[in-house]
Formats: sequence, structure tokens, C-alpha cells
Amino acid sequence: MTLRSRRIVDRLASVMAGVCTVVLLVPLALILGYLLARGASALNLEFFTHLPAPVGESGGGMANAIVGSLTLVALAVVIGLPIGVLTGVYLAEHGRTPLGSTVRFCADVLNGVPSIVIGIYAYTLVVLPMKGFSAYAGGIALAVITLPVVARTTEEMIRLVPTSLREASLALGVPMWRTTVSVVLRTARGGILTGTMLAIARVAGETAPLIFTAFGNQYWQSGLRGPIASLPVQIYTYAISPFDDWHRQAWAGALVLMTLIATTSLSVRFLTRGKTAHGR
Amino acid sequence: MTETTPNKLEVAGLRAWFGTTRALHDIDLVLPERRVTAIIGPSGCGKSTFIRCLNRMHETVPAARVEGRVMLDGADIYAPGVDPVSIRGRVGMVFQRPNPFPTMSIFENVAAGLRLNGIRPSRDDLAGIVEQSLRQAALWDEVKDGLHASGVSISGGQQQRLCIARTLAVAPEVVLMDEPCSALDPIATTKIEALIHELREKYTIVIVTHSMQQAARVSDVTAFMYLGRLVEFGPTQKLFTTPERKETEDYITGRFG
Ligand SMILES: Nc1ncnc2c1ncn2[C@@H]1O[C@H](COP(=O)(O)OP(=O)(O)OP(=O)(O)O)[C@@H](O)[C@H]1O
Ligand SMILES: [Mg+2]
Repeated sequence: MTLRSRRIVDRLASVMAGVCTVVLLVPLALILGYLLARGASALNLEFFTHLPAPVGESGGGMANAIVGSLTLVALAVVIGLPIGVLTGVYLAEHGRTPLGSTVRFCADVLNGVPSIVIGIYAYTLVVLPMKGFSAYAGGIALAVITLPVVARTTEEMIRLVPTSLREASLALGVPMWRTTVSVVLRTARGGILTGTMLAIARVAGETAPLIFTAFGNQYWQSGLRGPIASLPVQIYTYAISPFDDWHRQAWAGALVLMTLIATTSLSVRFLTRGKTAHGR
Repeated sequence: MTETTPNKLEVAGLRAWFGTTRALHDIDLVLPERRVTAIIGPSGCGKSTFIRCLNRMHETVPAARVEGRVMLDGADIYAPGVDPVSIRGRVGMVFQRPNPFPTMSIFENVAAGLRLNGIRPSRDDLAGIVEQSLRQAALWDEVKDGLHASGVSISGGQQQRLCIARTLAVAPEVVLMDEPCSALDPIATTKIEALIHELREKYTIVIVTHSMQQAARVSDVTAFMYLGRLVEFGPTQKLFTTPERKETEDYITGRFG
């Protein structure tokens, strides 16, 4: 290859990479811009403090849905994080055994299961026995979705922790389990948190699994054993309605949902800066 | 000299494997109490493997296996029912490459052995133990104003002394050192050698080294290993001046290979 042709190829590659980046960023910018344009006008204090207004009345807000979404995500994290992290630890420590490979395979399959199927699963397993839609059912459905993400990230992050740190701890006469908890997991904490954030960002926007489980609620929830509102379901309900007022509220809800997810990711990124396994 | 001091460790018929690869062949050796024993030998001859058998660290490698006896104060550490965790508390280890815990401060690194073992001395006692360990490791003066800086924010030589302090803080009886100076400059090396000299008063020390000069400077007895076997073992002075075996002589005179 001559120098000239190499230059041309180099140029071509740069241009292609640039074009791809733009293609990737344009939808994001469009979504954000469109959400702002359509949703910002319906945003006011009432939106954050009031219940949805009955059909025909203007005003009202999504306070219950905002609190509901936060509750559901919190439930998902409380249930999913410990199980996911422990599974990840198991995969990292015993992943080469036949059982370990089976667990890993199942986690990967679970990751690919459509969320609506997980909703039906939670419906059968929780809603039917409990004889009603509930926040618990919604939380469990979302937790199942976070499980494979958290487990696989934990596994990868633990593998990044150098053996020398594990050995340093063992050589001090620290038992294996304590080494795993206080040295290995502590060192991998930043990465595990990032994985958890990804999982949260994913489930916070899930609609399908909630329709069969948390159901939705136009009022404040009466507790975790009853149906609970959530932003995605509320947006869905409003978006398919024939009322202009509700359409505007749906846009505002979408804007709030995006902002919530973005701020959580950004703040966790910020808090765990430089605390990953490889960051010194 | 070895006649006058009791034996801290007695190794008999020690064999070690990595999977199906044999790393150690029937090692018999005694380590005198409160003395420094140097282990020398060419790269890959099994020095690290050998000392990792002395505190049951070898078995933490997947598929690794040990046979034979290692008597610590007359009791076999490989006897059935012996908890390897308790052995590692009595036989501490400093690794070839400094490995402070990156998520912990200098103070926490030294306190780690106590904390992680659930020992909770009072604040003052803990501070005392940390200071004493850092002083013993000749690091106190350099870090006393920044004990809360990260354990990896100091130089490599300081990190290695931090690891030594961390090992001393749990008050082991034996300290194993695997090439503790291989990553260090001559000044840090001198400091660590001086430190070994002082530690000798209280601890039984085993040091693996590639430097013949270092072995001659710091040790009382020296063991020469080759291809997973113990070739020769005796007072350092004698081994370096009048070795009995041809392999030893070739190695220490640099005519090896
Ligand atoms: N984790 C391992 N898996 C398989 N074989 C190993 C492993 N570690 C060491 N060995 C083998 O065991 C033998 C002894 O290794 P060891 O690390 O004890 O040598 P060494 O004398 O400490 O060498 P060096 O001076 O280079 O540190 C070598 O032949 C090596 O190939
Ligand atoms: Mg070695």
C-alpha cells in the first residue's frame, strides 16, 4: 500500500466513525429536544404534588406515579441487588464448575427474556397467590429483570480484582468469606454500583411487566400489598387516551422519567469516580 | 549455631504439585527459631512454592496439592483438622510485589489484619499497634503525617514496607518474605535489610532472594534449591565459602547454566 492510499483509507475510516457517532447521537438529541418541547409546558409544581385529575378536569399531576416508580425501583434493588451480587460472587469463585456454567447460561438466557414474559411470570407466581395486583409483585418482576445484569457485572468486576489482594488478605489469617466480603467486594464496589445503575436505568422505564403486576393506580397507593402507580404505566395510559390534556401530561411524565434516570446515573458515576478495581 | 537454637519449623518429605506438574520433590529442612533463613536458587526452581507451603497458601491456587509434613513448634500444620486460617495468622507472608489494599488508607492497611479478623481493640490500642508496626517497618517517620492517605498513594518501596507493617501488626511468629526487595531501589533495599536484622530478635524469618549478596548480608542459614529439590542447606557463611555440592558452587560463583 502506498502512503497516498493509506492516507485515503485513514481519512475514510475517520469520516465513517464520525458519521456513525452522529447517527448515534442524533436520535438522543432529537428525543431530548422533543421531550423538552412537548413536555416542559405541562411541567409545573402541581405536576409533582398532585394526583391525576379526573377526566374532563384540567390540571392534576403525577405525584403518585413518581413516588410509585421510586418505590418500585427501590423494591427491585432491595430484592435484586443482594441476590444478584451473591450470584455474581458464586460465578466468579466457582464459575468453572458445571453448576457455575449452568448458572451463567441461565443468567444470560434470563437477560434475553422479553420483559412482558417476566411480567406474566410474576403475575402467575405472585399476583395470583396474593389474589391481587401489588407493589410487591411489580418489585419482584423488576428485580428479576435486574438479576442477570447485576450478577454478570459483579462476576466481571470480581474477576478484575487482582489475585494478589486476595492472597494478601488470606495471608493475614483472614477467612475466605471475610476476604470476599471485605477485600474483594469492597475493591469491586465501584464497578458493581455502575452495573446496578445500568439495571436501574433499564427497569425504571419498564412498562410491560408492571401492567400485570403493579397494575397502576389513579390515587395514592394504600401500601405495598395494593396496586401502585408508576411513571411508565401512567405515561402509557395517558398517551393512548383521546384527551389532549392527558397527552401533554404524558410528555411531561416522560421528561421527568428521563431526568430521574439521568440524574441517578450521573450522581452514582460522580460518587464512585475512581473507586473501581483498576482505578487507583 | 543451628545446634544451639530450637527449630521453629521442621519440613519433612514435602512435595507439591500444580495440577499434574510437580513443583517440589521431597524437601527436608529445618528452620531455626529467631534466625533468618535465606532461600536461593534460579528462577522457577520452586522457592515461592516452597515458602507458600509453610503457611498453607499453596493450596489456595486451584488444583494445587501438597504432601508431606511441616511441623510448626512440633505440630504438623497439614495434620487433618488443622485450620489453615489459624496457621496463616501465625506464619505471616510478605509478597514479591507490594500489594496494599487500594481501597484502604495507610492506617487501615496496617489495621486490616486485626479488623478483618474481627479483633476490635480500643481506638488507642489500635493506634498504638499501627504506630508500633509502622515503626518496626521503618516507615513511621515517612507517613506519620498522612496516615489517612490511600495505601497505594506512596512509593513502591514504601508500599512494600507498608505490607511488612501490615504483616507484623497481626503479631505472627514466623515471617515469610518472597523477594521483598525485587521491586525496590538500593536505598529502600538497605532499609528493608536493616529491618530484617531487627526483626530477627523477635521473629523467625524466611527470605527468598535472587541476590547472593543479600543472602550473605542478612541470613544465618541458607538453602539452595534447584529444579524443585533442596540441593544444599547450611550456615550462610559456610555455604558461600565452602559449598559441598558442585551445583551450589556453580550457582554462587555465577557459572551456572
Ligand atoms: N500457578 C501455577 N500454575 C502452574 N505451575 C506453576 C504455578 N506457579 C508456579 N508454577 C511452576 O512451579 C515451578 C516453581 O515455581 P515458583 O514460582 O515456586 O518458582 P520460583 O523459584 O519462586 O521462581 P522465581 O525466582 O522466578 O520467583 C515453576 O516451574 C513454575 O512453572
Ligand atoms: Mg518466586
